[in-house]
Amino acid sequence: MALYSEKVMDHFRNPRNVGVIENADGVGEVGNPVCGDIMKIYLKINDDQIIDDVKFETFGCGSAIASSSMATELIKGKPLDEALKLTNKAVTEALDGLPAHKLHCSVLAEEAIKKAVKDYYDKNGIEYDESKFPKDHDCEHCCGV
Amino acid sequence: MNIYADNAATTKLSKSVINEMVYYMENVNGNPSSLYETGQKAKEALEDARQRVANILNCEAREIYFTSGGSESDNQAIISAARIGEKKGKKHIISTAFEHHAVLHTLKKLEKEGFEITLLDVHEEGVVTPKQVEDAIRDDTALVTIMYANNEIGTIQPIKEIGEICRKKGVLFHSDAVQAVGHIKVDVQKDNVDMLSVSAHKFHGPKGCGILYAKRNIVLTNIIEGGAQERGKRAGTENIPGIMGMTKALEEAVASIDENAQHIIPLRDKLIDGLNSISYSELNGDRYKRVPATVNFCFEGIEGESLLLLLDDKGIAVSSGSACTSGSLDPSHVLLAIGRPHEVAHGSLRISLGDDITEEEIDYIIKSVKEVVEYLRNMSPFWKDLMSGKRQHVFAE
Repeated sequence: MALYSEKVMDHFRNPRNVGVIENADGVGEVGNPVCGDIMKIYLKINDDQIIDDVKFETFGCGSAIASSSMATELIKGKPLDEALKLTNKAVTEALDGLPAHKLHCSVLAEEAIKKAVKDYYDKNGIEYDESKFPKDHDCEHCCGV
Repeated sequence: MNIYADNAATTKLSKSVINEMVYYMENVNGNPSSLYETGQKAKEALEDARQRVANILNCEAREIYFTSGGSESDNQAIISAARIGEKKGKKHIISTAFEHHAVLHTLKKLEKEGFEITLLDVHEEGVVTPKQVEDAIRDDTALVTIMYANNEIGTIQPIKEIGEICRKKGVLFHSDAVQAVGHIKVDVQKDNVDMLSVSAHKFHGPKGCGILYAKRNIVLTNIIEGGAQERGKRAGTENIPGIMGMTKALEEAVASIDENAQHIIPLRDKLIDGLNSISYSELNGDRYKRVPATVNFCFEGIEGESLLLLLDDKGIAVSSGSACTSGSLDPSHVLLAIGRPHEVAHGSLRISLGDDITEEEIDYIIKSVKEVVEYLRNMSPFWKDLMSGKRQHVFAE
């Protein structure tokens, strides 16, 4: 059995939506270099609060890149409130599963998107429920640094 | 192009080793402990192998114990020395911070029993000095255990000089020589070692076979209890095809050490120069004090698992010391021991060349690593932060 599913390998080898959106409406970055993964999500959001475009940059392992790619696919063209409902479980399922010790990669993808949306809300003075957004990760619990 | 460049992980069986093993599987099926002829035929083969191994390591046949591999040999050597020391009230062991886990985890176990463990610093070069060992030895030191060559970065330790100090001070000295035997010259007399661990599959022998050399006056502690095999120190019916294959492989490997080194070292050096030309990258461990075939690099701004998966797509099989490949949260303890920060250790790559590596293949590896590193850096927000000055580089350009 291979380490990753065909889907993971496909999204790792041919990642969708890699890149940067200049003057993005929302940007979210999670992770840190010490733990070995960073994801950055860029959103272009139109007046109807629909995600017109999404791009990502990722530093990380195969499943981190595949999770970012899949997550961007799942929210592209979707209304913001729908994007906010994206869970790490949905990302994992769409990838036909991830090895247990790689599940945190899908969590990072979910959190990066939420952080980008939050950034958009902050920039536009839109009110939101703070508790629905992840707090910034402290590294201590994840890699013991 | 298909290049297997992970020979420090394991090697391919040579054709003659396969033939040797098949011969013993087909023709010598007796149990060496049985008294009738087929059993005694197996016993003869076993003792012939023991003598041939002893000739190569330069010791007596009765000092050779066949085991299941390097890990078992390490476990038994260390536990035995601990039990010997304990009886004399000696409960201090000296080792290094970048040993194989077969050593480190055994030491951890002894620490829980009340042993005190000193792990020597291996410096940026990945080499411990004899002086460090001399300074660390105390009256209650039961054992010094230091690897011959490191499995991840390939650096060779001054075993002979450390052995000399241990002899002078009357302290037992064990060396995990899994990455050395068959690749560089190892001689237990000249090297002043009391115990030595060897693994067959690192020199084109079979997996599941190893050797423990223990000087004749050392009373070993059994790890596996049972029958009286291996002078009563390692129970279990002997794996005759494996042992015969291992012995054949060892003879072949040792006979071609010089020839292989002459062939591989210039190619390895070309590989080091080629990878050094990638910006913000560094070779891990001393450039010269290393086994012929192992090269380990860190590249800033990328993660090792993606690097190795994309190299696999290009037909190159290598390994990485990143946390993601180790299955743990931390990157390689070896890279951390030589002072690499976490963020750099995640971007590591180990290439361990085969004896038949060609210059064309080296060129292809260099070209492929360059392409993949550039590709991954282009999508890495960490790399962009390094280049924009938002984060600090660890390496010079």
